[in-house]
Amino acid sequence: MLKERIEEYKRGGEKIEALKSLIWRLAEELGHIKIMNFCGTHEWTVVHYGIRSLMPDNVELIAGPGCPVCITPSYAIEKAIELSLEGVKVYTYGDAYRLPSLKPVKGVRSLFEAKASGGKVDVVYSFLDAVKEARNERGEKLFFGIGFETTAPSYALSFCKGIVPEDFYFLSVLRLTPPAADYALSKVGKVSGIIAPGHVSTITGAKPWREIARNHSMPVVISGFEPLDVLISIATILKMIKEGKSGLVIEYRRAVREDGNKLARTYIEKVFEVSDAAWRGIGIIPSSGLELTMKFSEYDAYKRFSIKKPEAKEWVSDLPKGCKCAEITLGLAKPVDCPYYLKSCTPDRPIGPCMVSSEGTCAIWARFGGGGLAEEIAKEVGVA
Amino acid sequence: MGRRTEVFKRAIGGEIVKVLLSHGGGGRETSELLNRLIFSRLPIDLKRTEGGIGIDRPDDGAALKMEEGYVIISIDSYTVKPLFFPGGDIGKLAACGSINDVLMMGGRPIGIVDAVVVEEGLDMSILEKVMSSFLKVVNDENVPLIGGDLKVMPKGDVDSIIVTTACLGITKTPIVDDGIKIGDKIIVSGTIGDHGATIMALQRGIDVKETGLKSDVKALTDLMEPLLKEYGKYIHAARDPTRGGIAMALNDWSKVSGSVIVIYEEKLPIREEVKAYSDMLGVDVLQLANEGLALLAVDSAVADDVVEFMHSLGYEKANVIGEVREGRLKGFVLLKTSIGGFRIVEAPIGSIVPRIC
Repeated sequence: MLKERIEEYKRGGEKIEALKSLIWRLAEELGHIKIMNFCGTHEWTVVHYGIRSLMPDNVELIAGPGCPVCITPSYAIEKAIELSLEGVKVYTYGDAYRLPSLKPVKGVRSLFEAKASGGKVDVVYSFLDAVKEARNERGEKLFFGIGFETTAPSYALSFCKGIVPEDFYFLSVLRLTPPAADYALSKVGKVSGIIAPGHVSTITGAKPWREIARNHSMPVVISGFEPLDVLISIATILKMIKEGKSGLVIEYRRAVREDGNKLARTYIEKVFEVSDAAWRGIGIIPSSGLELTMKFSEYDAYKRFSIKKPEAKEWVSDLPKGCKCAEITLGLAKPVDCPYYLKSCTPDRPIGPCMVSSEGTCAIWARFGGGGLAEEIAKEVGVA
Repeated sequence: MGRRTEVFKRAIGGEIVKVLLSHGGGGRETSELLNRLIFSRLPIDLKRTEGGIGIDRPDDGAALKMEEGYVIISIDSYTVKPLFFPGGDIGKLAACGSINDVLMMGGRPIGIVDAVVVEEGLDMSILEKVMSSFLKVVNDENVPLIGGDLKVMPKGDVDSIIVTTACLGITKTPIVDDGIKIGDKIIVSGTIGDHGATIMALQRGIDVKETGLKSDVKALTDLMEPLLKEYGKYIHAARDPTRGGIAMALNDWSKVSGSVIVIYEEKLPIREEVKAYSDMLGVDVLQLANEGLALLAVDSAVADDVVEFMHSLGYEKANVIGEVREGRLKGFVLLKTSIGGFRIVEAPIGSIVPRIC
């Protein structure tokens, strides 16, 4: 695998220039083009390599709902904090460790703070690690189950194999990306094309994205994560627009198969069922979440700890007042439009959830000078 | 405390009552903690000797003004896990690390002291091996070991072995970070991130033999002594970019000089295996530790000569990677990416790699 990666790097350089001029040529006779990505890692590639600054003026790249940490509803964080302070051992991925809740629980607003206040919290690299550790941990345990389609199989497999200890409860905040993509597209309007998530598609396959391409009559390209991949995907979208085509193209052929990973989906379907689910700041999106089926209900943290999920009719925003994370997640606003961005909200001191994870749009922009700051500095010092 | 402040403190993880790994990561949290615990609580004349350089400025070590010239001193604790890795071990690391710190202050190392804390029950052969590596550096670099301490702690009270070293040196003119000037060229003496990538791979259970990853740990005496002799006055700043990597060092420099440091991705010497590995794990090579790398800010008039001279000393990968520029926006490190875009190089935050040096 490493060797293949090294070969990729050797091949990369020469193609970049050709692609850039192709993108400019294709965009020449087109109007304003808005291309949306649905994966935090794509936004990372765009900002990390400065891809926006290479685009013609009429090609706009916007970030969509591609960060599972950013959209994890506050009630789930609050419940996990509460349980950790009551002696339930909570396992979490590092991404969600510093994720701030809306309401403080006993003065505490994140699992990170909970740990510092004596709560039982452990950061793990994988669900399997947590399962291993939980076996040697007495008392009740909880897993803070964030993630999209890519994370779900690892949970599902462990449950199917029967290796999860009996007093280890799963707080599912798993979310599905295609329903969110549909929802975002209905809100944003005027999106010309989509860079669809590569990792998610290795599981889902092309079908859900083909449906989105059909329903919204636009080009959708499932893309890899190297800068070269993203440039190829952008060029492909522009070419399709120019030719008046819509539909799905898989650019990330080296990882994504047409029918995805059937086995992984089989496991997911055995363990989870689709439900309406809350997205932080956004509300309830129909059929966009996964919850444990009856068969695995003994592990269900919602049942064990009587956690109530918010319903659509009573839903109120769970973002700090003024925070624009919801708009940013839906592609309706940019981080620089938020009054807190880089003023009171920074990666060291996040206020909103988009400033926490390495996949959050605000965190990516803040860390690498997105939103034009890097270009501005480059112009100032005479290197642009 | 006002409500806003209260809310704000909460949002940041507020009053942290426990020491976290990130506090020792060598990044921003470390700076903030040291500032709160120490720097802000001492008057300036207790932060350095008269006419010298101490903890009043961020650098590799301290300089004490003598009647003639300066004495340089640097101290470091080494806690790397695993103790042995391709390219070296904790003994070699501890000896080279402090020697390099003195060299980067423009000093000639004249003596070293060590303090070793060992966990009860450690295999004697491990301790012997570590100390042999340590003494090999002392021999090779001809820096006398003039003092030391060895303690054993009960099993479980310390994890295997911790080595602390302090190195003394002398110089007529110490090299201090704030000597950096607009227009200076930034030079590295070799490939970036080798040590950090190797240790991270080992800590995640990756077979490094197969990947070809190897730590760069070495004393830089054979580079810095001739370089200082030949081009000393043109070297405006020098760093041994260990924890936090060159990202941390360059950020320090851009802030201390109120400049923008621009570096070019295509000019960065990075081993393909290091790049491939760090991309796979999502870590930034610029933030990875180096243990045998010199980072220099050099007068632009001689920068190419300096690089050529470094090549002649066997540092074949030495390269100009960027320059110090002036702008309205100050204190940034800017990187021109391989595809021609720009991004800011951030100072590392959080615990990037626990116990790498």
